[in-house]
Amino acid sequence: MKYVDEYRDPAAASRLAQEIRRAARHPWTIMEICGGQTHTIMKSGLQDLLPAEITLVHGPGCPVCVTPIELIDKAVEIASRPEAILCSFGDMLRVPGSGRSLFDAKASGGDVRIVYSPMDALKLARAHPERQVVFFAVGFETTAPANAMAVWQASREGIENFSALVAHVLVPPAIEAILQSSNCRVQAFLAPGHVCTVMGYREYEPLAARYHVPVVVTGFEPVDLLEGVSMAVAQLEAGRAEVENQYSRAVARMGNQPAQQRVAEVFEVSDRQWRGIGEIPASGLRLREPYRRFDACERFGLLAAGAREPKECISGLVLQGLKKPYECPAFGGQCTPERPLGAPMVSSEGACAAYYQYGKREHARN
Amino acid sequence: MPEINLSCPVPLPAGDRILLAHGGGGKLMNQLIERVFLPAFSNPALECRHDGATLTVGGARLAFTTDSYVVHPMVFPGGNIGDLAVNGTVNDLAMCGARPLYLSSGFILEEGLETETLCRVVESMRLAAQAAGVSLVTGDTKVVDRGKADGIFINTAGIGLVEHSLSIGPQSVQPGDAVILSGDLGAHGVAILSVREGLEFEAPIVSDTAPLWAPVEALLKAGIEIHCLRDLTRGGLASTLNEIAGTRQVGVRIREVDIPVEDAVRGACEILGLDPLYVANEGRFAAFVPAVQAQRTVEILAQFPVCNGAIIAGEVVEDAPGVVVLLSRIGGNRVVDMLSGEQLPRIC
Repeated sequence: MKYVDEYRDPAAASRLAQEIRRAARHPWTIMEICGGQTHTIMKSGLQDLLPAEITLVHGPGCPVCVTPIELIDKAVEIASRPEAILCSFGDMLRVPGSGRSLFDAKASGGDVRIVYSPMDALKLARAHPERQVVFFAVGFETTAPANAMAVWQASREGIENFSALVAHVLVPPAIEAILQSSNCRVQAFLAPGHVCTVMGYREYEPLAARYHVPVVVTGFEPVDLLEGVSMAVAQLEAGRAEVENQYSRAVARMGNQPAQQRVAEVFEVSDRQWRGIGEIPASGLRLREPYRRFDACERFGLLAAGAREPKECISGLVLQGLKKPYECPAFGGQCTPERPLGAPMVSSEGACAAYYQYGKREHARN
Repeated sequence: MPEINLSCPVPLPAGDRILLAHGGGGKLMNQLIERVFLPAFSNPALECRHDGATLTVGGARLAFTTDSYVVHPMVFPGGNIGDLAVNGTVNDLAMCGARPLYLSSGFILEEGLETETLCRVVESMRLAAQAAGVSLVTGDTKVVDRGKADGIFINTAGIGLVEHSLSIGPQSVQPGDAVILSGDLGAHGVAILSVREGLEFEAPIVSDTAPLWAPVEALLKAGIEIHCLRDLTRGGLASTLNEIAGTRQVGVRIREVDIPVEDAVRGACEILGLDPLYVANEGRFAAFVPAVQAQRTVEILAQFPVCNGAIIAGEVVEDAPGVVVLLSRIGGNRVVDMLSGEQLPRIC
């Protein structure tokens, strides 16, 4: 299959792995930001190909994992109302809130629907004018344009029974938070290719300069990731700290500007809570004033409930790359995908789920 | 910028209701079987946990199985709920190494269903039964209020005759066995999903629903010492291999490069964020046979159109009991776990 097979090619992978082995003279810790990248690493057994010098740590780029528990509780509350249809990407349904997940809400009679696009939710709103259709607008910059477009269209067409429960987060402030943390051990970043497809990579240039850290915009296939690691290692060994673009087949420096404009028209930057991490200033998006009537929290009069999360799981440390999932005492025992303690064990992009599903390294080794 | 504060999510209490995932063929369904059904009905035939039970009655060895069909949409590219209901049960018998003979059929119809739709489904069942060489000998019909079912639900049960002395089932799987895959994966599940989600592809993806007794019969006639057969329905290849590895406490190794998936199906899986290893098939099976007979098995299977993609996909090993390990395309190893719920579409 074109655009897939060449990036899963064993010969190309082995050539890049050799390049990395030759180049890596010192131990380096590299963080891949995106959960999709983490899953490729685990699914393809990519770590088996890397030399011992390279440690990959997994970043906070899983939207499901970092969506605050209060918002999941709010989604569950909305789903429990008879007039509401709660639409969500499938990933969110199994994530535990402080009590129930959306799957539980569905099993208890809530109208919860999996959609592939916010436009599908808009379609439902047109088809069911008597119901309140709420889209759970989760994600990084990648999903922001489509979500902005849905709200913009609802506004233009006057679809007043549509609203969005907005849980958008931004990557660069998260990288900065990790770099400012006193126990940060990340020496280079593989920046998320899909986010950069929308946003470009200008935003990463000041970060690379200020913190003297290499950033390589990287794709999602095994060969992409090996090439990204190879480029990062070359920078680290040479003492360079630049933004480079491995994923040039999709990413331009300026990104997708019409998409950015639509996002800027509908959303504004706001402070945001990250599940497991805490509040990061200017790290989220919320609806601008002219679109605020489409905010589900306002429409349903939902107040911040202040749900508290006890200290059972170490997802915050995992999301910052400070611990590996298997270093958590609950991993695989108390915490499994069927009975998750934390969101990273749930999402198909969560690091814990990736380790659980593909890992168990002691078995996988020959 | 404040120092990052760590807080951790809350434990999820065990659910006290049935979730859709309990019917997904993965871990939750297995928990249901182990915690609810097996303790209640415990007996040696049930405990084999095969696709059907093999029973000795008056000197004859019979295979007996049942399955319910609730597929939505009722009609999909390559088939409908009717031929699925015949082929699925015929295949469960075939996976016991039994010649399918007789089926029963229970219909649960929703008030308001168009008679023409029912007739179409029944005609498909007639044709499928004819093709598989089985007779539909008894049945039942119930009609429920509108909204209490989704058009048509069908239950079929089947009886087949075991005409050989092999013991086909997970208990006979041995380290050293070859794992044969009868063809490419994922077409049925993707065909259903593409209709459900309104996705259109350049060439429509057609379900692989088909009866599998003829190729199994050919293997038996050729003297292949079959250790186990499993059709790769709900949960796909990954769940099947995990069930067998778990029941028999052996390891299974498979090679990604050897697992055939059609380009259109791969493309759809990429778009939908699904792994073809977990996608349902309705005309594919895995056979566990002695390694020395692996090549011969593939040659025999390849003579049947329904198995023309047959391939040796892996082997059974002694180490890592209960674990399925896949050698990835780029040469890394990973565990292929059983699906924990339903496969969910990803966000980005």
